Amino acid sequence: MASYSTNEFRSGLKIMLDGDPYVIVENEFVKPGKGQAFNRVRVKNLKTARVVEKTFKSGESVEAADVHYTQMQYLYNDGEIWYFMDPESYEQLSADAAAMGESVKWVKEQEMCGITLWNGSPLNIEPPNFVVLEITETDPGLKGDTSGGGGKPATLETGAVVRVPLFVQTGELIKVDTRSGEYVSRAKEE
Amino acid sequence: MRNDTWRPSARLEVLRARARLLGHIRGFFADAGVMEVETPIASRAATTDPALQSLQTSLSGTGTKDRTLYLHTSPELPMKRLLAAGSGPIFQICKVFRDGERGHLHHPEFTLLEWYRPSLGYRALMAEVADLVRCALDRPELSVQQLSYRELFLDHLGLDPLTADPKDLRRAAEGIPGSREMDLGRDGWLDLLLTHHIEAALGRGWLTFVYDYPPSQAALARIRKERVPVAERFELYLEGMELANGFQELTDPREQRRRFAADLDKRAANGLERLPEDLEFLAALEVGIPETAGVALGLDRLLMVATGSAHIDEVLAFPVEMA
Repeated sequence: MASYSTNEFRSGLKIMLDGDPYVIVENEFVKPGKGQAFNRVRVKNLKTARVVEKTFKSGESVEAADVHYTQMQYLYNDGEIWYFMDPESYEQLSADAAAMGESVKWVKEQEMCGITLWNGSPLNIEPPNFVVLEITETDPGLKGDTSGGGGKPATLETGAVVRVPLFVQTGELIKVDTRSGEYVSRAKEE
Repeated sequence: MRNDTWRPSARLEVLRARARLLGHIRGFFADAGVMEVETPIASRAATTDPALQSLQTSLSGTGTKDRTLYLHTSPELPMKRLLAAGSGPIFQICKVFRDGERGHLHHPEFTLLEWYRPSLGYRALMAEVADLVRCALDRPELSVQQLSYRELFLDHLGLDPLTADPKDLRRAAEGIPGSREMDLGRDGWLDLLLTHHIEAALGRGWLTFVYDYPPSQAALARIRKERVPVAERFELYLEGMELANGFQELTDPREQRRRFAADLDKRAANGLERLPEDLEFLAALEVGIPETAGVALGLDRLLMVATGSAHIDEVLAFPVEMA
C-alpha cells in the first residue's frame, strides 16, 4: 500500500487517518534545535469537511489515500441515486445523497461536474461555478420594498431558492454563482 | 504568465536590515575584543548529534581517492580546536546546513553566529547574549527573564521534568492530537510538551533564558553533579522562537568520547548510517581546551524579530526552492 513519510508532507497531500480520507491543509515542521522533530498538521476530512489538528513524530509514515479528481456529466437521478457519465469513455458511476450534499440544489441534466473519488467511489460532487436555471416560481409583481434592494425569493427548476431582483419573472432563465448561492444575471437559452 | 521566480524572496529593505544586523554584531565583538574566525564548511567528519543530519558532497583532485565531505551543522568542533591552540575568545558568522529541516522557522541552510568566551561561565555568557541581542536589535530596553528548565515545566504544566517518568509525560501530552499513537522516549515527550504547550508563550516582549537542562539533553554541555544532576546548558527564546543554545562546554576528553559513542549508538538505533566523528577534535581535547562557555545564535530568526517577519522566507534572499 502506498504511503508517505512526514518528509513528503505538503498542503494538498491526501492521507488516510482512522479509516477516513483526509487532505493536508497546512503542514508545519516543529523542532527544538537539539531535539525531536514533529510535523504539526491541519487536515480536512474529505467525507465531513471537518478540519482538525494532528501531530506526527517526524520520519513516520502514513498511508496514502487513493483520492482522485475527475469531471463527469450528470445524467439523471431516481430519487436516491444520482448518475454520472464520462462523456468520452461512457463509463458511468452513481453517487448517493451524502456525496451530492449541497450540489443537489444546483445540478441539471447534461451539466459537467467535478467529482472527487475515493477508492473509485464518489466522495464529493462539485457543481460548475456558474449554472443557468429556470425560475419555476416567484412573486409576479414589482411589489415589495423597492428601496431596500433586497429583491424577492425565486424557486428554481432544481428546487433551489435564491434571491432575485424584483424585475425577474417566472419562466425566465437566470445565472447563479453556486459557491455563494447568489443571483448573477438574467441569462439566455444556450 | 511572466516568470518572476528569479526575484528575491525577501524585500530589499529586509536585506538592508540583514546587512545592518551583521554590522552591529561585528561592532559588538570588536568592542569586546573577540576575534572573528573562519573554519571549514565541508569536513571529513559528520555531526554525531542524533537530532541532526549532515548534508554531504564529494571532493576529488587532491591526490587522494575521491571522498565524501560533510557540510557542518555548526562550527563548534573546529572552533574548539582553535581554543585548544590558544586563540582566546573567538566568534564566527557562517552558513550551516541541516538536512531535512524545512518550515516557517527552518531552512536547510541558515546563518549561525557562534562564539566562545574562555573567561566566562555559562551564566555570565547568558548576560552577554542579552547584551548582544539588545545591540543587534538596537533595543537597549529589552529586559531578561531567567527560568530553569525545571521551573519552566513546573510553571506551565505542574510537572517536574527531571523526575517525572514517561507515563506522567505521556499523560500531560494527552491533549495533543496524535500523541496517543506516538512512540517517544522521555526526551521526546519533553520536546513534544515544550514545542506544543510552552514555547509559543516564551520571550513575549522580553528575553527568556531557560537554563539547566536534563542531563539526557546535555549535548556537549558539562553536567553538574548535584542530588538531581543538571546539564549546564541554556537556550534563549524571543517572540516564541528558539534563538540561541549555549553550554558550559564539556572539556573532559573521556566524557566526550563517551558522549560520541552514546550518540552513535542512538543514531544506529534510529536506523541512521554510521558516519565518521571528528577525531582531530578529540585530539585537541586530549591536549586540553580552556574552561569555556559557548553559544550559537540563529541570525535569520533574529532578523525575523528585527523586521517583524512571520516566515523565515521573508528574510532570505533565495529560499532553497528557488535557489
